[in-house]
Amino acid sequence: MDNNKAGIVGYGAYIPRYRIRVEEIAKVWGADANSYKKGLDVLEKSVPGPDQDTISMSVEATKYALKRAKIDPQEIGAIYIGSESHPYAVKPSGTIVAEAIMATPDIHCADYEFACKAGSEAMFVSMSLIKAGEMKYAIGIGGDTSQGAPGDALEYTTAAGSASFIFGKDNLLAECLYTHSYMTDTPDFWRREYMHYPRHGGRFTGEPAYFKHTIGCGKKILEKSGMNPSDFQWAVFHQPNGKFPKRAAKMLGFSFEQIKQGWLVPLLGNTYSGASPIGLTAILDVAKPGDLIFMVSYGSGSGSDGFIFKVTDKLPEVQNLAPHTRYQLENNRIYLDYGTYTKYRGKILKAE
Amino acid sequence: MSVARYWREIPRRYRLEAGKCSNCGYIAFPHRLVCPECGSRKFEDYRLKDTGKIVSFTTIEVGPTEFSDQVPYNVGIIELGDEVRITAQIADADPKDIKIGGKVKLEFRKIQQDGHAGVIKYGYKAVLV
Repeated sequence: MDNNKAGIVGYGAYIPRYRIRVEEIAKVWGADANSYKKGLDVLEKSVPGPDQDTISMSVEATKYALKRAKIDPQEIGAIYIGSESHPYAVKPSGTIVAEAIMATPDIHCADYEFACKAGSEAMFVSMSLIKAGEMKYAIGIGGDTSQGAPGDALEYTTAAGSASFIFGKDNLLAECLYTHSYMTDTPDFWRREYMHYPRHGGRFTGEPAYFKHTIGCGKKILEKSGMNPSDFQWAVFHQPNGKFPKRAAKMLGFSFEQIKQGWLVPLLGNTYSGASPIGLTAILDVAKPGDLIFMVSYGSGSGSDGFIFKVTDKLPEVQNLAPHTRYQLENNRIYLDYGTYTKYRGKILKAE
Repeated sequence: MSVARYWREIPRRYRLEAGKCSNCGYIAFPHRLVCPECGSRKFEDYRLKDTGKIVSFTTIEVGPTEFSDQVPYNVGIIELGDEVRITAQIADADPKDIKIGGKVKLEFRKIQQDGHAGVIKYGYKAVLV
């Protein structure tokens, strides 16, 4: 066995059933829905139910990952959750997920935060611990109930969902061949302590932030691997709106066909830390043995994590053991009006 | 519900942990000290199945204070795959879509929270499949 071999042994995604359409939000703010739909390449977004948060969605995503991994949860050595919306400011999300899947007490838990990159950060550290031989299995999760201020452009895209990946050395579904991380101090989007909603630099979130880091990381990992975009069957990028990942793909030399399967944002919205990880689950649902997958996340502040995965012969055996991501995205949707949406998202101030 | 009580109930609320009588196979959820069927005091740990069917349900239009923001919400008696019956909310469902005999699965959800500063309590709710 190659001691440095590591990869995904189980994966799962969870998307809530509730949705709100761009038209419904635009109507309230007197905005032109078509301009937003065209400008953002987003038609609707997922909304967490009033009884859902990053922890509850991460538990469900991890249960699906366990169904595919078919491992004993007691052998899991770490659970890391990346999110901008950990339900507690002080109290770990990871311990609750670990308890729910019966992975306690011999486990290491930590909650990560790096804007929308927190999920890939959790994946990166989980996989590194496996490569280092520190533990048999480690779980990296990216999930969010994304915050966007009422009336802000973000409100049209901020969505909810979670993706969970179990990393290990044996019985791999997809081997991780290369990683690369690329980051600088770029204040394009932030949320200060005690603030409900993030602030952002508008157009500043584009060129010097998303594109600089996504393209920078993408180029470096291609260089490191000696591969070309045409070598890959699939690619997935952070997707704060529909246009950014399409443009990033084109700038790096990937076609729309390569990103289409993991490009969920038109119907899902921006799930922040869950965005590129959930896109990766949609790709794993359909990928075939031997396929190469290219992934680059992005988180404001700013940075990108890049991964190159190669699908093994085992993936097709487990793809149907849990609900597919696109099935959850495209079925059983419940549409909300804006009033119910604001109530579910806790945006209505009530008397104490 | 006190924090201590919530913490004590984590195994059954998070993981559906029950006790199975080692003598007659009766499943006690929550755990019991004495089997009501055969009087045995020997139980082994058992995890309930997380899928089942709706035996009965009602829709709460006027809820207690802690649940008043959720009305109308659905509460059902669910018979799980192992024939154990539990009471649970049926989430994400319009009452007109709920049918007796309808299939459900249990999902991990927030059950209660003590205001904006208190502890968040998690557990199971049923969702239609």
